[in-house]
Amino acid sequence: MTNNTINKIRLVQGNEACALGAIKAGATFYSGYPITPSTEVAEHIANKFPRIGRHFIQMEDEIASIGAAIGASTVGHKAFTATSGPGFSLMQELIGYAAIAEIPVVIINVMRAGPSTGLPTMPAAGDVQQARWGTHGDHSIIAISPNSVMETYYETINAFNLAEQYRTPVLLMMDEKVGHLRERFEEDEANEPVIMYRPAPKEGEKFVPYANVECGVPHILPLGKGERYHITGLTHGETGFYTAQPKAVSKFVGRLSDKIELNVDKIAKIEENYTDDAEVLVLSYGSSARSAHEAVKTLREQGHKVGMVRLITLWPFHDAKIAALCEGKKAVIVPEMNLGQMAREVQRVAKGVPVLPMCRVDGDLMTPDEIIAKVKEVL
Amino acid sequence: MRPVYEKYFRDNIPHIWCAGCGNGIVMSAFARAIEKLGYDQDDVMVVSGIGCSSRMTTYIDFNTLHTAHGRALAFATGAKLSEPRLKMFVIMGDGDAAAIGGNHFIHSCRRNIDITAIIINNAIYGMTGGQYSPLTPTGKKATTAPYGNIDRAFDIVELSRGAGATYVARGDIYHAAQLTNQIVDAANHKGFSVLEVVSTCPISYGRYNKMPKPTDMMQYIKDNTVSVQKAATMTADELKDKIIIGEHFKIENVPEYTEEHNKLVAEVKKDYLEKLKGGAK
Ligand SMILES: Cc1ncc(C[n+]2csc(CCOP(=O)(O)OP(=O)(O)O)c2C)c(N)n1
Ligand code: SF4
Repeated sequence: MTNNTINKIRLVQGNEACALGAIKAGATFYSGYPITPSTEVAEHIANKFPRIGRHFIQMEDEIASIGAAIGASTVGHKAFTATSGPGFSLMQELIGYAAIAEIPVVIINVMRAGPSTGLPTMPAAGDVQQARWGTHGDHSIIAISPNSVMETYYETINAFNLAEQYRTPVLLMMDEKVGHLRERFEEDEANEPVIMYRPAPKEGEKFVPYANVECGVPHILPLGKGERYHITGLTHGETGFYTAQPKAVSKFVGRLSDKIELNVDKIAKIEENYTDDAEVLVLSYGSSARSAHEAVKTLREQGHKVGMVRLITLWPFHDAKIAALCEGKKAVIVPEMNLGQMAREVQRVAKGVPVLPMCRVDGDLMTPDEIIAKVKEVL
Repeated sequence: MRPVYEKYFRDNIPHIWCAGCGNGIVMSAFARAIEKLGYDQDDVMVVSGIGCSSRMTTYIDFNTLHTAHGRALAFATGAKLSEPRLKMFVIMGDGDAAAIGGNHFIHSCRRNIDITAIIINNAIYGMTGGQYSPLTPTGKKATTAPYGNIDRAFDIVELSRGAGATYVARGDIYHAAQLTNQIVDAANHKGFSVLEVVSTCPISYGRYNKMPKPTDMMQYIKDNTVSVQKAATMTADELKDKIIIGEHFKIENVPEYTEEHNKLVAEVKKDYLEKLKGGAK
């Protein structure tokens, strides 16, 4: 091991890994409001951004924070904000704004137990359905749930890439445990992450900001760089101006969903372990998936045919893939830190297979032993 | 011949505004002001919230961002901080700026970020059909104050002063030529400038308050405005219910936010690069 590599390996906290991922992804603007357990993201960015000539601002609340981030994105910056439960609730209206106006933006939500002020310093996964449906009106969304420090780093980069590629808000749904976890941080130098930028028209190509293009994602240019146009949160036609014309509205709102749902194969990351011959499946995500993985490993060592599925991408939910994975199983057990929010999705697609939610909402982590016991009940 | 300022309008007219609405007068004053300022349209960004007044961004040919109710200043702050070269204007209604957006408003004053905020004050929620706003005078009627409004109104000038704004003026739609110059002056001030424009909503305000015709409201403004200079010679009693127009205050030499930000970033960056070089020795 060279000195150089030793220097590069260090212990890093999940929230810091998120900040490092944002820097790597090319984020140039951060606006936020402090809240446990996400505050370290802001602190790291406040420390690092000025050194590299980027912009940090602490706003007066979370609505202002996401508003400023979207504003910076309209003039061409890769922008993000970080928050937790109460702040995530405040941001909902403008998440919808970014969705309908198709402005790339990344929102980090380090989940804590709720509702309301709840258990501010404890982990939960109680916001995963809010991530999908929290803002009003039909739309689709991308939400990612990393479960380790290194994955937080790479998935933060992925979140920015997806926001740019699909012109959409992307939600990085960490939880308190992942955010505060310290683990070995080592970039994979052989696999430099790809950094993506929003789709722009080619030289000489006409710019239509909301064109109904085949791929679902029209070109986007920054405001203030010579191409004057209009951005609105009203339903709009291809040029960006308000329309209430039923055909145009239905095409537009349809495209907002389709551009994500029809690309679920490209977007959704699902990790599988020991699924080939599994009779019982454990499906989990975030911190709970760490315990679930331990449990499944132990059960395999004991000779039980148990498989593990981990959702890295929560939304869009890959109906077809999850349905196929569940097919023929004796049971699917879904450990999660809420009262069964993702278990509902699994139930929706796992036709005829018993889906057993395994819930924890007291701020404590699920232990591998608890999961092992639950699996043994159905084996 | 089309007036020269029409080059700043898009082809999206007809607009949604009622006949006799004050918003159109503000829009043409805005276009004339840009012509006077000599700004390149490409360098001008106009951000608005939600309300009748905020629809203005649809009709004017600049970089326009029509946001959410009350949030225009938040969006504009992000855009201005990251691209300070843009000439940034924000158009808001009185409800937009002083009710739902009140928090963003006072914090924009405090930061002194170089944005020109134009608050079109028609003393009512126009778009939703006439509910009282924080600028509806006590005693006036609204659909949600059918027996008279018991709330006290904000005074935008004093609110801005208390929040740390460095430029505050009040204009009105009757004195339209003066309004154009006020927009120019507000834009030329480096820092956060507030321009309250006393306007009319004959449909959602006038009708409930014994001024059903657009001309009634114009007459009201004409009869009740006094200049800052004249007001200085009048007693408090004489000034009761008067609208004091003109430049209320202007404070120079308060650091502007984007400049302070860029200074800080430049210093930190320089120190950091030097430290890196030192480490490499
Ligand atoms: C979050 C939210 N709350 C309420 C509304 C409904 N709404 C739309 S415009 C408006 C008030 C507009 O009044 P003002 O800001 O004074 O502008 P005006 O229409 O008078 O120009 C309200 C309450 C909204 N669009 N969004
Ligand atoms: S409702 Fe009032 S403010 Fe709105 S367009 Fe009509 S007159 Fe103007």
